[in-house]
Amino acid sequence: MASITGFQAVSRFGLGARAGEIEQASAAPSDWVLAQLQDDATPSGLADMPTGQTLAADLLKAFNRGAAAVQENLKGAARAQYLGEIGARTKAQVESEAPFRERLVAFWSNHFTVSIAKPALIGLAGAFEREAIRPFVTGKFADMLLAVLRHPAMLLYLDNAQSVGPGSRAGQIGHRGLNENLGREVLELHTLGVDGGYRQEDVQAFAKMLTGWSIGGKRGSTPGAFHFYPQIHEPGAKTLLGKSYPEAGEAEVEQAAADLAHHPATAHHLALKFARHFVADEPPADFVDRLAGRYLETDGSLGAMATFVVHEPDAWHAPLTKVKTPTELVVSTLRALGRTPEPKAIVASLKSLGQVPFAAPSPAGWPDRSEDWIGPESVLRRADFAMAVAQRLPASLQPRQLLDVTLGPAASETTRQGVERAPSPADGFALVLAAPEFQRR
Amino acid sequence: MKIEPHSRLPRRRLLGLATGLAGFAAFAPVKLAFADAPTESRFVLVILRGALDGLAAVPPYADPDYAALRGPLAFGEPGEQAGALDLDGKFGLNPALAPLLPLWQAQELTILHAAATPYRDRSHFDGQNLLENGTAVPNGAQDGWLNRALGVIGATDRRLGLAVGETAPLVLEGSVPVASWAPAGILPEASPDFLTQLASLYRADPLLGPALATGVDSQRLSDEIMSASPEPAPNEMDAGKNGAKLRAADLLAPAAEGAGKLLADARGPRIAVLEAGGWDTHANQGLMTGRLATALGGLANGMVALKRGLGPAWQETVVAVVTEFGRTAAPNGTGGTDHGTGTVAMLAGGRIRGGRVVASWPGLSPEKLYQGRDLAPTLDLRAALKAALATQFGIDRATLARRVFPDSDQVAPLEGLTEV
Repeated sequence: MASITGFQAVSRFGLGARAGEIEQASAAPSDWVLAQLQDDATPSGLADMPTGQTLAADLLKAFNRGAAAVQENLKGAARAQYLGEIGARTKAQVESEAPFRERLVAFWSNHFTVSIAKPALIGLAGAFEREAIRPFVTGKFADMLLAVLRHPAMLLYLDNAQSVGPGSRAGQIGHRGLNENLGREVLELHTLGVDGGYRQEDVQAFAKMLTGWSIGGKRGSTPGAFHFYPQIHEPGAKTLLGKSYPEAGEAEVEQAAADLAHHPATAHHLALKFARHFVADEPPADFVDRLAGRYLETDGSLGAMATFVVHEPDAWHAPLTKVKTPTELVVSTLRALGRTPEPKAIVASLKSLGQVPFAAPSPAGWPDRSEDWIGPESVLRRADFAMAVAQRLPASLQPRQLLDVTLGPAASETTRQGVERAPSPADGFALVLAAPEFQRR
Repeated sequence: MKIEPHSRLPRRRLLGLATGLAGFAAFAPVKLAFADAPTESRFVLVILRGALDGLAAVPPYADPDYAALRGPLAFGEPGEQAGALDLDGKFGLNPALAPLLPLWQAQELTILHAAATPYRDRSHFDGQNLLENGTAVPNGAQDGWLNRALGVIGATDRRLGLAVGETAPLVLEGSVPVASWAPAGILPEASPDFLTQLASLYRADPLLGPALATGVDSQRLSDEIMSASPEPAPNEMDAGKNGAKLRAADLLAPAAEGAGKLLADARGPRIAVLEAGGWDTHANQGLMTGRLATALGGLANGMVALKRGLGPAWQETVVAVVTEFGRTAAPNGTGGTDHGTGTVAMLAGGRIRGGRVVASWPGLSPEKLYQGRDLAPTLDLRAALKAALATQFGIDRATLARRVFPDSDQVAPLEGLTEV
């Protein structure tokens, strides 16, 4: 028997119901969600993709051949790679039997945003998510953080690949110097949070620790792979958040990352974002505190965070507090229909809805409050999307079937009546897909 | 999004089609040609989704109970203010259907009144499902009667049947493959009608409700500004956002003209289905102007456009215009009509013996109304559809009664509807 909690399991913690999924989840909703944490198989379409190292090497090769070659790469091979990634990623999301895990991938991928707003990232963004995010979503935050910092996509996106310690051998003779971008964003966005108690000196110290963290291609290193260059690393001890780190080359960042990961400000920052994503725009403060505590006592286990939030009654008490992002809306629509369109069509739909994949406007990633996604124009766009999809549905399907598959017992009487009274099947389908219960989760 | 199983002619290549056949020959041999069409006859089914008010489309102005029953929705006698256009001294045409008068005068249009499918409940979906599956009950068949008819006449080539739209409606679904085609711009963005339906779902939502209301307001304003600007070019109306926001019935004409041209071509399809929405007039239905007049005007223009597109092939054609059911005989409390039963259907084309209203008129006195509220159905729509299929494709009566419209032995094809 389909239950409201079953619907919540597939909607709030999943990516929207596939046929039969509400019933499947209804027997033991939280168990259904948590079982997905054990399923760490890489979806097949993603396993076959080229590595970030290969893609970065191609890009660097183009850089070495000049601006025209870079343009050719970005508009040709890299763009094709991007579309391939979107297709494979969407297919994985649409077909996944572990949608909670996919949600975790999307959450942490957005937390550690790399964006094609910087065009060089277009071919690499998918590899970043596959390699630096996906394997770690139930592991330790510190491990994910280090994987992120070592990935060529992040090193390029936030400019660390070219950051040079002013006191390094290269800095002494060359014309290049320190770039604070990655160091700052890690403290502000990825760990402590903007109010996490760091100061400008800390930004500089961490940026100095990060010098030398770059991409191979010179001096016999493997092209495209992470490479630590001692000759551009800022020498000497650095003081971060009041703690002195002796000169240790590449290992400085490893030590600092571990400390940042275990910092209470980081725990709170991550807990707030996590609770905001899964529970409510303004999650209960005591829950955020307890979630942060759980994070700290499990040595920064992201799997433990996920488990904690699923066990939290607040996450189940109030249904439909959150609005689906455009990506969640599109993916849940496709899950309802069991179809994955061509990548260009996916990107076109998401563009009209305001969330081109891997194109967040800043390193802060996409926003996560309802009001960020719902306004007069965006509601009309969502209605347009619902109608455009509905127009293409086969006559053999009936609106009430779509209603039962996607919303089931969660459909309000108003929604059910509206769908029943719709003047055409297309209107009926579109009402299901535009209904509040479908727009929210 | 690529989610439909039918072969589809590429929209881009068909862009020119609505305005002329210049580009047609270039791709037709590849995409559309088929050998040995088993017939030169054409049949077009126009489905009006949402339930047409037959008493408004073809007002029975001479019925003694009509004016009082319809109240503010009653048309006057022909020649009066807000008068119907006279057809035969008893029935008139809604003035919004005036473009159809030439067809009537040429005896190429027959009205069927007090008609209905066997369906007697009031759900759009069930009503449309039954209308299309060709049985006497909702979900009585998984395929459509027109697809079964295609099978009977031996169609094997998918291009013999054509769905105008991105996917085939149920009436064309089945074992015989069919093509689909849509002119550019026909696929609506969310229409004002749909947004009105959606608003009722959003009423209790503190975020979605106000956002939609504001969005609709600003859209209305921009539409007003757009419509106030002088003479927008027709292609802008078709392709632009403004055009896409128009009601579905208003989009019928370009689709119908394009479909007519496809049907007319020697290599083209012989059977086509068109669909138009905008008929669910629960509120502010209007008399001389309003939602229904707009929709009827769109239908009339669509019929004229279809004839224009067909050209000489109009002489070989039967067009059937059908809807899932009618509406309440009396207006409701919001200037509209609710779901009812008996309604009108139309047959048009060069093969029609037209200029007649075919009706066994039940009357509109309270005791004559179906369940005290609807125009009582006295004509089974299948009788007319059977007659059309018999004339056009020579399908015999037994096959019609068993395969095309199963278990309909007792429904005889209407005699004398067509010229043979």
